[in-house]
Amino acid sequence: MGKHEPIIEFADVTFKYKSQQQPTLKNINLKIFPGEKVLIAGQSGSGKSTLAHCLNALIPCSYAGDMSGVLRVCGGEPRQLGVFGMSKRVGTVLQDTDGQFIALTVGEDLAFALENECTPKEEMVQKVSEVAGKLELTEFLGSAPGALSGGQKQRVSLGGVMTCDVKILLFDEPLANLDPATGKRTIALIDELMQKEDLTVIIIEHRLEDVLYRKVDRIVLMDDGMIIADKTPDKLLSSDILKSHGIREPLYIAALKAAGAQISPEDGPSSIDTMDLSAHKDKVKEWYHQADKNKEQEKGDTLLSLSHLQFSYNDTRQIIKDVSFDIHSGEMVALVGKNGAGKSTIASLICGFLRPDEGVISWKGRDLSDLSIKERGEIIGYCMQSPNQMISRPMIYEEVALGLTVRGVPENEIKERVYEVLRICGLYPYRNWPVSALSFGQKKRVSIASILVMDPDLIILDEPTAGQDYAHYTEIMEFLKDLRNQLGVTILMITHDMHLMLEYTDRTLVLADGELLMDGRPWDVLTNDEVCDRAYLKRTSLYDLAVKCGIDDPGDFAATFIEHEKRERGAIEVK
Amino acid sequence: MARILSYEKKNTFVHRLSGFTKLLFLILWCFAGAMTFETRILVVMLLIGAGVYYVADIKWKQVSSVFIAIMIFMTLNLVAIFFFAPYQGCEIYDSRTAICHLFGNYYLTKEQLFYEFNVCIKYFTVIPSVFVFLTTTDPSELASSLNGVGVPYSIAYSVEIALRYIPDVQDEYTRIKNAQQARGIEMSAKGSLLKRIKNTSLIIFPLIFSSMEKIEVVSNAMELRGFGKKPKRTWYSKRPLTSIDLYVISFITLFCIATMIITFADGNRFFNPFR
Repeated sequence: MGKHEPIIEFADVTFKYKSQQQPTLKNINLKIFPGEKVLIAGQSGSGKSTLAHCLNALIPCSYAGDMSGVLRVCGGEPRQLGVFGMSKRVGTVLQDTDGQFIALTVGEDLAFALENECTPKEEMVQKVSEVAGKLELTEFLGSAPGALSGGQKQRVSLGGVMTCDVKILLFDEPLANLDPATGKRTIALIDELMQKEDLTVIIIEHRLEDVLYRKVDRIVLMDDGMIIADKTPDKLLSSDILKSHGIREPLYIAALKAAGAQISPEDGPSSIDTMDLSAHKDKVKEWYHQADKNKEQEKGDTLLSLSHLQFSYNDTRQIIKDVSFDIHSGEMVALVGKNGAGKSTIASLICGFLRPDEGVISWKGRDLSDLSIKERGEIIGYCMQSPNQMISRPMIYEEVALGLTVRGVPENEIKERVYEVLRICGLYPYRNWPVSALSFGQKKRVSIASILVMDPDLIILDEPTAGQDYAHYTEIMEFLKDLRNQLGVTILMITHDMHLMLEYTDRTLVLADGELLMDGRPWDVLTNDEVCDRAYLKRTSLYDLAVKCGIDDPGDFAATFIEHEKRERGAIEVK
Repeated sequence: MARILSYEKKNTFVHRLSGFTKLLFLILWCFAGAMTFETRILVVMLLIGAGVYYVADIKWKQVSSVFIAIMIFMTLNLVAIFFFAPYQGCEIYDSRTAICHLFGNYYLTKEQLFYEFNVCIKYFTVIPSVFVFLTTTDPSELASSLNGVGVPYSIAYSVEIALRYIPDVQDEYTRIKNAQQARGIEMSAKGSLLKRIKNTSLIIFPLIFSSMEKIEVVSNAMELRGFGKKPKRTWYSKRPLTSIDLYVISFITLFCIATMIITFADGNRFFNPFR
């Protein structure tokens, strides 16, 4: 195969899932050449995951359907080679790093594919140590994959497919479950590997800005089963195509466009670090000075107050160290920090699942310590990450009514309250449906509705948007915002998502190693280098834009832009 | 955190043995323990079992709840034997030495007591060996050992995956239980037993669904990395047998044969002190 022969070639490929009426992929024509790094972007339902499944032959081997056209990968046809045949050519790294660990130790997990190939043990040990060396995992070979940090886990899943000497690496939403700093490192790692090895990389991701942290050769934009654009990042970012197909532009690009700058591919807009801003500087400054400044919001009464909280599981390691903060009525607050920083522990302490070793949690000035989990549940609702972890009844009505039924509320009152909550959540038309007939986003609403029905003053949500694309993310977050604005519910969210924090919350609590590192406005957090470093957050590109344009107060610039975007979105809704 | 009956990494004599050796030991040991009613052999096995349990450095916390459950079951079993067959011992040992009259037709006999003592000790010879096996054998080594003794690798691997997910499922259970409790579902001792059983289903349902989600991911990940491609596979964690393994295997084989010979030398399985 010569250098100019494509390693992947779709020729007029159409695919229709057995269960669906319309094809999910429509006449796809795409060539990818050896050594290229290609980003495939698109909102959910655009067909980007289906396209990926064609490459590793899960389609049509595991998900049945009708396929026409010709697809060649490394000179072979996936549908003839099957999933096993393709596993030697295309290494797939799945979104859920925890879920894809199969074995009990890192070494075994790296060896898994070799074991299935019947590789003799000596050869296997040698290959595993070679790959572990490349990925700096040698000292962890005997550890359980679950005990590693997020970044190390990503290395292990990468190593697991690299032991097969694959030519193509396929990443299916690699950033979805990672904290921002780890995501950034993963993108850098992919880049380093491409420089050392002879690899072609395909990344499926809708978080454009994070992937563009390192150079990408081409972006393929998909929508409705078709390829909308296949261009270099510089060209694509200069157009308005991304936004109109449901993909969020990098924040600095959105800010430049808001300031009225005409971006051209020659400016090199794919990276804020190297972008030429000389033509746009003055426009940005001018926009900043005339833009409406955001106003400090008035704080409501103190609802929940944590003071000097200490917690450890068994005296060995202090999980929570002297944490104090207040939550005010009507606020929307984000609790952020890297995996294992103690975010979930704080939520468990507030809900009463765990008891603090020292310190007081009080509600409107009253100590909560003598209230049971059930009693706290009536004032503080807790919503788990996946609706599947919450939903325990087959019918929507029953599920939402559950909290009231077990409390012995009279039947007619239950009906009234459930219907009201279903109306608020936009689920009223489905009230007699089985839960299984709903989409993921609707199920999420059901799980929130079943908490809301108990009329709590505060709702704690664990990763409300994890693994969601921009459209679903917006749907869930706008819904929460409406709840806050219409019902006055106070919301505390545990999250990894920096956009969520910037766009939707009034205040951010940053945890690192069990300590409260910062309690401030989101833009102040995301423009503070030291805090970002320690808490594994990522400084927002709005900061870099402001600095490059010579604006004195980058934090205020970020705040101004975010406020501007919120107003814009509000204006669209009113229309 | 110590988890019930799950593998814990340590460096003892028992941990160092290969999984294959331990599996073979367990099978032959349980076979010998089940076949023989030769009290002297059972006592020897009891002592060896206790010794191995001690050497393996097992924490009481790891096994206590299962041990208590087995003890309850054993007591029920012994009482039931007495009520349904009060003279089983007399039949076996062909003699009857009454100690006292209890009620109705029931007499307490020396033979019955001795028979039930034997049943009891059999429990105690088998229990520690099972505990030792489960807590000292790395699940992946267990899988390779099962495969080594002829179990198809897909089944052997399913066993490994099941063992590996037990701690995850335990954690998930706690998380779901907490969230459901916050919704007002009573899981503490306050509610009636029937209600608690009913409420448990409210946790099991979401637990199954969230586990199904995970199973789909894992099975895809396994397939994408070629699991099931070939009729055979090799094992990264398989340890070659050392000379100590060979000694242990020879010992248990000889022990098992000797047990059988001694047990069946006089034509029946029972040691009879009443003759």
